[in-house]
Amino acid sequence: MRPTSRPRRAGVLLTAALASSALLLTACGSGAKSGSDASPGGGEKITLTVGDFGTFGYKEAGLYDEYMAAHPNITIKYETAQDGQKYWDALTTHLASNSGLADIQAVEVGYIAQATGTLADKFTDLSKVDGVNSGNWLPWKSKQATTAKGALIGLGTDIGPMAICYRTDLFQQAGLPTDRAEVAKLWQGDWSRFVEAGKAYQAKAPAGTFFTDSASGLFNAALSAEAQQYSDASGKLVYKDSPGVKKAWDLAVSASQAKISAGLRQFQDPWNAAFANAKFATVVCPSWMTGIIGKYSGDSGKGKWDIAAPPVASNWGGAFLTVPKAGKHQKEAAALAAWLTAPEQQAKVFTKVGNLPSTVGGLQQPAVQAAKQDYFNGAPTGQIFAASAQAIQPSPIGEQDGNVKTIITDNGVLDIEEHGTDPAKAWANVVKLVDDKTGH
Amino acid sequence: MATTIRAGTEDGSAPAPADGTTAPPAPPAPRARPAWRSRLYRLDLKAAPYAFVAPFFLCFAAFGLFPLLWTGWLSLHHVDLLTPDTMEWRGLDNYTRLWGNDQFWTALRNTFTIGVISTVPQLAMALGLAHLLNYRLRGRGFFRVAILAPYATSIAAATLVFVQLFNPDYGLINWFLSLFGVHGTDWYADTWPSQIAISTIVTWRWTGYNALIYLAAMQAVPKDLYEAASLDGASRWQQFTRITVPSIRPTILFTIVVSTIGATQLFGEPLLFGGGVGVSGGSAHQFQTLSLYLYELGWPSRQLGRASAVAWTMLLLLLLIGAVQHLFTRRNRAQLGG
Repeated sequence: MRPTSRPRRAGVLLTAALASSALLLTACGSGAKSGSDASPGGGEKITLTVGDFGTFGYKEAGLYDEYMAAHPNITIKYETAQDGQKYWDALTTHLASNSGLADIQAVEVGYIAQATGTLADKFTDLSKVDGVNSGNWLPWKSKQATTAKGALIGLGTDIGPMAICYRTDLFQQAGLPTDRAEVAKLWQGDWSRFVEAGKAYQAKAPAGTFFTDSASGLFNAALSAEAQQYSDASGKLVYKDSPGVKKAWDLAVSASQAKISAGLRQFQDPWNAAFANAKFATVVCPSWMTGIIGKYSGDSGKGKWDIAAPPVASNWGGAFLTVPKAGKHQKEAAALAAWLTAPEQQAKVFTKVGNLPSTVGGLQQPAVQAAKQDYFNGAPTGQIFAASAQAIQPSPIGEQDGNVKTIITDNGVLDIEEHGTDPAKAWANVVKLVDDKTGH
Repeated sequence: MATTIRAGTEDGSAPAPADGTTAPPAPPAPRARPAWRSRLYRLDLKAAPYAFVAPFFLCFAAFGLFPLLWTGWLSLHHVDLLTPDTMEWRGLDNYTRLWGNDQFWTALRNTFTIGVISTVPQLAMALGLAHLLNYRLRGRGFFRVAILAPYATSIAAATLVFVQLFNPDYGLINWFLSLFGVHGTDWYADTWPSQIAISTIVTWRWTGYNALIYLAAMQAVPKDLYEAASLDGASRWQQFTRITVPSIRPTILFTIVVSTIGATQLFGEPLLFGGGVGVSGGSAHQFQTLSLYLYELGWPSRQLGRASAVAWTMLLLLLLIGAVQHLFTRRNRAQLGG
């Protein structure tokens, strides 16, 4: 017994050490693992994961539960990121490494050009899926998600036709009309008239309030009505000479200099808080913004907000659902994505959270057409936004649009608003930053 | 583990004291056996320790050294985040480009200023707190746990609370300052206020942690030194500056080194404090640190090569700071010795 005890002990120790190091290694390495896996027993029982950002409204409208009830073998799990930019940053990393991806990933319109461009072969073609026909959507919506080779990699969820949300109580105090038809006439036809209306408001404004929330919001709104934005039809970045960018920039600068803007950064904490404190009278209001206003203005804002037609019809935001090729259950995921973006489901989402359907059929649903929102003085939101949606003139988008937009609004317009930077200097700074960030 | 080894060697070298019935005495065994045994015995002595530390080194090589070298290799290329497989040789271009880049210098300056205004008050306060906690006072255990609580709070949770406190329009801090006639400090947009706000979060989080380290060192200082000093009529303050501080000098240097490293890599606090504009560190990059600049280059701008160059520059900076601190320590030690 004893003579053998030593070597065996040494051997055991060595093996133990090696085994534990192997364990440690695997423990270190198994951090990011795809969320979907089939349950071993049932064979057909699968879990589908959905990754999105902001408010897509599927959970709110009970669509996940509805789908699971109709498909007992499918369990849906979802993960929602607050910040769209950070969501996209993480998603690109996951796509590059083909790991950590959900079966369905949402992509915002600002980044869809990257998805159909550089990342095109990371997504499955959804055009052949049952019930999917690119003609179901507004033509420009499905075109945005189509790659150069003709694959439809994203199914449109919502669109963001714009309107102007305004506070009737502040308008009244500043001596402006409050009826939504009359209010729309104040700025009908041109965004510069919106700034003029702002000056009229500011002249008699209730103390501590501003006409609008932010000049960068105004920049986004005015730019989205332009035929040429950041990129030309071939996807090349032309923002420096784009008449659309110049016009929107000048408008934002004039709004900032006329001090009609509260100078807040949208979707930031002070901006959220300013809703509850009635610090500004108008917000440029794509359909999805109505949910945000209701959330942050709370009960104190109920019935005080109203919605009027915009100076020029245009689109701001909206998203797509994609199915990454790295997913294990692409077929089932594609079927779920197709179901979620079908007209009936889009109408349900709209009535729940206000995201406007991007399908032609969805826009025609009676539930959408007849929708009125009590929170906004009973404004016929369905009609207002659907009308705006019909008038949208789409413009070409490029891979770098999202980056350029971030730099112009956050480091250009916001810099002018926060620090009073000279506009010419701010623009030179924007150009320098864009060259630095989008060059090689 | 250590006890197992010791038990093993005792077991092997000592003549069997008990249990003689089952284990017959060794002598009749063939000669080859002991040689084999002693070789294994030596192997065990020599190799086993390596096996025990191997997990750390394997993990370090895989998750420390390899990424470090790989980052260095990446920094000499142009690499798109979305297509990391295709690299384009750039030589030292990524580094020379940093040299001529305003935003890099702004980030470097911000990292330095935020580092100083967070580290200095932090360590000074930690020293004071540790000194107080070193006294016999009621509820000492409670206070010792309490000062560590911020350290146990998640950065995200803490930062979100501070964002509310520092809200320029509706925040508690501006309300408080307005009582003293200071109005409308913009804690987000202005350079110094925003940097002070971020430093406050860092200081709040790490003061207790450093205080505990100081406290541990202070408790190792012999009590008779204090007794002798008080017999000589030294005041408490004199005891603190003449006995406590010199005695725990190595610990102070250690915390300085650790805090400096932490300050150089500051990321989560400014990112979350800035909210939507956190990545670019505010509209004029007023609180963008080097780590945030690295992230902005690597992720939103998708230029992994340049981000890697920033990472390596940060490493070199740390080594440089480390060397300076080392020289300082050596001189200090020489002075003490002489």
